Amino acid sequence: MFEDGAIINELLIERLNYFIYVVLLLIGLHAMISKRNLIKKLIGMSIFQTSIILFYVSIAVKDEATIPIYKAEHDPHGAASKAAALELNSTDEAKPLYAPAELQPEETQQYANPLPHVLMLTAIVVGVATLGLALALCLRIQQGYGTVEEDELLVKIERSDARYSQSPLAKAINPRRRPARTSRKPRTASKATRVSQKSASSPKSTGATQTKKSAPKTKTTQPRKKPAPATRKPAASSPKAGNQKPAVKKSSVRKPANKTTSPKKKGAE
Amino acid sequence: MENAIAWVLLFPLIGSVACALLGMANRKLCYPISIISMAGATWAAVETLFQAVACPSAEVSYIFGGWVLDLFPRGVGIEFRADLLGALIALVVVGVGLIVSMYAKLPVEKETPGKEALYYPLFLLQITGLAGIALTGDAFNLYVLIEVAALTGYGMIAIGSNRAAAATFNYLILGTIGASLYLLGVGYLYIKTGTLNMVGIQEVIAANNLHDSPAMQVAFVLIGLGILIKMAFFPFHAWLPNAYSNAPTTTSCLLAPLVTKVMIYVMIRMVLTVFGVEFSFESTLWSEFMPWLVVIAIVCAAVMALAQREIKKMLAYLIVAEVGYMVGGVWIYNYYGLIGSIFHIISDACMTLCLFLATGIILRACKTTHFDGLRGLFSKMPLTMIGFFVGGFSIIGLPPTCGFFSKWYLITGGMVAERWEYMVVLMFSTMVMVVLFFRLIERIYLAVSESGQNLGKGHGDLGLTKEQTKFEEAPLSMLIPLLIAASIVMIIGVYNQEVVNQIERFLEPFNLPRGTGH
Repeated sequence: MFEDGAIINELLIERLNYFIYVVLLLIGLHAMISKRNLIKKLIGMSIFQTSIILFYVSIAVKDEATIPIYKAEHDPHGAASKAAALELNSTDEAKPLYAPAELQPEETQQYANPLPHVLMLTAIVVGVATLGLALALCLRIQQGYGTVEEDELLVKIERSDARYSQSPLAKAINPRRRPARTSRKPRTASKATRVSQKSASSPKSTGATQTKKSAPKTKTTQPRKKPAPATRKPAASSPKAGNQKPAVKKSSVRKPANKTTSPKKKGAE
Repeated sequence: MENAIAWVLLFPLIGSVACALLGMANRKLCYPISIISMAGATWAAVETLFQAVACPSAEVSYIFGGWVLDLFPRGVGIEFRADLLGALIALVVVGVGLIVSMYAKLPVEKETPGKEALYYPLFLLQITGLAGIALTGDAFNLYVLIEVAALTGYGMIAIGSNRAAAATFNYLILGTIGASLYLLGVGYLYIKTGTLNMVGIQEVIAANNLHDSPAMQVAFVLIGLGILIKMAFFPFHAWLPNAYSNAPTTTSCLLAPLVTKVMIYVMIRMVLTVFGVEFSFESTLWSEFMPWLVVIAIVCAAVMALAQREIKKMLAYLIVAEVGYMVGGVWIYNYYGLIGSIFHIISDACMTLCLFLATGIILRACKTTHFDGLRGLFSKMPLTMIGFFVGGFSIIGLPPTCGFFSKWYLITGGMVAERWEYMVVLMFSTMVMVVLFFRLIERIYLAVSESGQNLGKGHGDLGLTKEQTKFEEAPLSMLIPLLIAASIVMIIGVYNQEVVNQIERFLEPFNLPRGTGH
């Protein structure tokens, strides 16, 4: 069997469609599972779904077949059958209106099977919907995490998961133990913003302790803004810096704290 | 009404369109519309079930568009067919949908503010898809409905946080692989039989004796694999825990009880109705090795559930273990196993619903679902906790909850079929569930910490402030659905024989072995 090339013949000539469909299927599957980029995964998904469409279209193939559409004389609404019906109608009232010429078995045998094509129209629609939804998800992920690379994404997700899955009793059980490093950053940042809001609303009450707190705030928030687009930068940071100015001026007790904040403000503005 | 079976789908479908259109004008209309359409669908499903029970052939058929030719008595169009199994599952789907739609008001307002007009249409479409899966009699139509349910499910999960979007992406990739494999398998079935009607396929297989055809084997493997991925059977479960535990509360309440169970229904439908008992159990090797895979699945899922420290994650792994129960019940190839499997679909939907509804209330009250956040919760919200315990006891399998009776049939099936490994693993998993839930009960009553340390000074002092133990029950729109779900768990348990009678009537024509299958 193998000597006379029967397998090659069967694979590459008789069943080429099916061979290609299996190859495409495996390429798509490989891309979906092993690629680390989310967009590449989606490309794999498209290839995967397309291979199934190829499979379905292949099973409808018939030698020397024609498209399954009525010829003029078979069409129940066509001109030919209308004319025939009018003639019939005048003589024999029992016959229904617009009776088409009956299809003969030899003629129907010529038709290609339309059903798989129709099924695939539905499958294509489903595929488009899936792809659209997946791209929208990618957009959300890109906006939320700033990456569509799976490795980076996993690291970021793990970090945020560790923060949320922390026991609410962690402090109560062991108050001395400091919370994990990942959970500290945003907390100090949020505290600092709260402080700055306070100082903005009541500049008179700002004391030396609050300027001390506002100093690390600029340190923590500045690196976090790096991935954000450049156009947002001055808009987001300048009002805060402007709010801080009166507080800084009034409490000129601690000069080193002012010095650490002022060069950064200039840079931001 | 004669066309009740079509109305099961039409009510939520029309409701979702109405929600989307009227919701744009006024967001507050969405909630009443969803309840009304779900109530209508529930009525239609009850009507369908009664029709099927009353009918001597125990099935209701409806062909969309009335496309029937003499040559094809089963119809050339899409047939919707409710036998007793399909009607029962459809009733479970829309019943759960009704309860969750009542519950949805406050969580949806809180977790997805301003998106009601987007959320409720997805919610109703999801139920359309799931109820359609239960009722359709057409293999390709089943694929379309699976994708309708899956796509709306992705949307409902990802509408929450960014973390949920990342989890949904994995779900989408695996879900698409599963559904596409199913579609491929249907293609092979179509090549061999030339029809897509489920009963029609079975008739052609039986008439032409296609049992030894390799194409049929390929179709069986592809469809089986696709469905196993969609139902989160153990090695393919990776998408489930993250997606369900990060989803908005209402989403996880709706999806967790239904999606995996409906996919198990699809497997039973494929095994019994489409491929036939003889082909599925005797021409393939699945009934040889699947019970062993089930053993691995249940053990791994139970151990992973034991490792979790958050209720939502723990429940997600419990679902994976429960999927193992039901798949095992099918593949031990026994009459009692299949009764147990079908009954467990129904009871597991009810008890999972109960647990997730209670978890949603806990999340709302405590802002966390970590075990340590539950301390002393019983004095704060006793009714919610009773609902939670009813669900938990049912998962463990304590009488008179419905979980006891379904597990009873599963274990009977394992014993009669002499599948001792399946029986042992069910016992093991029950022990694990006892540990899981009594660990929670300890916290809820006694306020101990994670390390077992009592934070109070002892003698009734729980180390809680008065504010933490003040009576503050959940809002009624959330509490009432939970209590309804809990009472349904008990009622199905008490009247289990009524349900089992219908399942037995459905299984009668299949001639399943009542002793060992081999």
